[in-house]
Amino acid sequence: MSDSVRPQGEVAPIQIHDMTIAYHKKPVLWDVDLDVPEGVLVGIIGPNGAGKSTMIKAVMDLIPKASGWVKIYDRPYDQMRSAIGYVPQRESVDWDFPVNALDVVLMGRYGHVGWVRRPSGEDRRLAAEALDKVGMSEYAHRQISQLSGGQQQRVFLARALAQDARIYMMDEPFAGVDAATERAIIDILIELRSQGKTILVVHHDLQTVTEYFDWVIMLNMRVVAAGPTREVFTDENLQKTYGGRLTVLSQAAQAMADHRRGH
Amino acid sequence: MLDNALRFLSLADANVRFVLLGSLLIGATGGMLGSFAVLRRRSLLGDALAHAALPGVALAYLATGSKALPVLLVGATLAGIVGVLAIQFITQFTRIKADSAIGIVLSVFFGIGIVLLTHIQRSGSGNQSGLDKFLFGQAASMVGDDLVVMTSLTAIIMLAVLAFYKEFKALIFDPGFLSALGFSARRVDALLMGLIVLTVMVGLQAVGVVLIAAMLITPAVAARFWSERLGTMVVVSTVFGGVAGAVGTFISSLAPRIPTGPVMVLVATLFFVVSAICAPRRGALARWRRHRQNASREQRHHFLRAHVELSDKERRGIFASSSLAAELGWKASRVERLGRKLARQGYVRRSGGRWELTEKGFEEGVFIVKSHRLWEHYLYHRSILDADHVDRPADEVEHLLTPEIIAHLEEIVAEERGINPDQVVNIHGTLSHYRKGGRE
Repeated sequence: MSDSVRPQGEVAPIQIHDMTIAYHKKPVLWDVDLDVPEGVLVGIIGPNGAGKSTMIKAVMDLIPKASGWVKIYDRPYDQMRSAIGYVPQRESVDWDFPVNALDVVLMGRYGHVGWVRRPSGEDRRLAAEALDKVGMSEYAHRQISQLSGGQQQRVFLARALAQDARIYMMDEPFAGVDAATERAIIDILIELRSQGKTILVVHHDLQTVTEYFDWVIMLNMRVVAAGPTREVFTDENLQKTYGGRLTVLSQAAQAMADHRRGH
Repeated sequence: MLDNALRFLSLADANVRFVLLGSLLIGATGGMLGSFAVLRRRSLLGDALAHAALPGVALAYLATGSKALPVLLVGATLAGIVGVLAIQFITQFTRIKADSAIGIVLSVFFGIGIVLLTHIQRSGSGNQSGLDKFLFGQAASMVGDDLVVMTSLTAIIMLAVLAFYKEFKALIFDPGFLSALGFSARRVDALLMGLIVLTVMVGLQAVGVVLIAAMLITPAVAARFWSERLGTMVVVSTVFGGVAGAVGTFISSLAPRIPTGPVMVLVATLFFVVSAICAPRRGALARWRRHRQNASREQRHHFLRAHVELSDKERRGIFASSSLAAELGWKASRVERLGRKLARQGYVRRSGGRWELTEKGFEEGVFIVKSHRLWEHYLYHRSILDADHVDRPADEVEHLLTPEIIAHLEEIVAEERGINPDQVVNIHGTLSHYRKGGRE
């Protein structure tokens, strides 16, 4: 890793050392070695099956690691769970579950509330505030199956905001959302970054990588490249990341063309 | 029969009180835990668990020679847990899917249970009858000691649900997120599963291994029809279950040889059927009504749009059914019928055997035409579709466009194509025809 990507003086929010993940003994992500600096918006890109979701799930200890370790602000993850906010993939839950939007956002406070105790009025206020932030106040009491895909995604984002974390992990927050929602989400991500938060986003649309992210992690079962977008989001690295997959390759080529035109 | 009813309702008989209280507890706990079990998609597992408990009952008796409920329930619980673990083992380490694994374990354990029961019955070890009540349940056999056991278990279950309600809710909705929050989803899940086991045990004696799962599933599924929030669902389901228990006991007291457990299940099923049909929003009737409303709104839109389009073309505001029929490609009789219906609803009125729009009908008609044309423009100019393919999707979507979407479309069309939205629709022209033609 080049010097420019090292955090300067500060402790890195996320340090990943020699992390390998295996499903049924078959490795899906090899030897990830990575320090993510504070206050950056990081895009995690790569083809299907590259291990993007796997990587953030492993960092959060949601799936076991075959080897390696992760430190959050130089401390073991177990002590730092509350420092990380999480936006899982929207399809990972059953949206017919009998709760309303505010109930879901309130779940973001459960970590602060702790076992058995009930959320306080203050927790409810923070949840309502988070919902307001994503522009969903008027839908607070709507059952979640009656929300559009974009609205559901906003509810998930609000839930993560209610966690009041220092680091955010987001699994494809832009998947299947309308343009207005995408804009609203990216605005919130930018605001979070300006507050010094570190945000990792699993992302699919190569066209918007340079626009959205200051940092990029390019995965294909291993880290192909990681660093500031302008340094590592290159033709060559895209080839290495998506190589051999024609459709994606052409997408990548298009992205590169747009990229050069824009700069 | 009336005597029996009065005897039951007076609650003078201690045995009646025991049975009633027992059934109520069984129904209520079943309903309560059932909400979580059903939402967690564990209802079949509950069934397997109950069937798997049977050999446990028999083995507990064989090992101790005792028929005390606590002893038998310990055996039942252990066997049930072994059954559930077996299912988990099979799904985890083989390629057999959960439904098959449940089927296998359920039938094998149940089979062993039947063999053991038959063996006990034939061994003639004195007073051996009575164990078979665990098969289909025998509410009348509940005595004071049993009630103590059941009441304690129920109290534990209800307190645990109150304490861990928040954790259960988050577990069922999004276990990954619960883990990310620092809770152990595995532990919460194990706790929930444990409570489901206890719930099955509470009902084992009175309802039996074959039917107890119904008391877990049916009230919960019925309650879901009436509630959009988990808390409401749990309460409604608990009430449904409790009432089914009480009513079932009452019905079975009316005549000899009406078994309590099965009647409880039937009453719960009645709740389910009524809920599935009558519940607001989710019930079949409500859905059918919504469907009809949509269909009739679409019909109305067709009529009004044809009318406005025609007035736009022909510069007058009154049309015979036959002209509208030609515009719509319908039979004149269909237009005639729809016209009469819309006249009753105040959208159109008869004028010399022909149809004229009222203020209300005109307003909606113009809105529809505008939506339709804007949408066509949008699809066409965005090159999403070729011109000759535009009309059909526009036809379908125009019924759904809201005023906000229309305003947005107007902006897009004006911005991208330099088209004045008013000209797209030519409302003012149409309006003036009306003023001239129809309204004098």
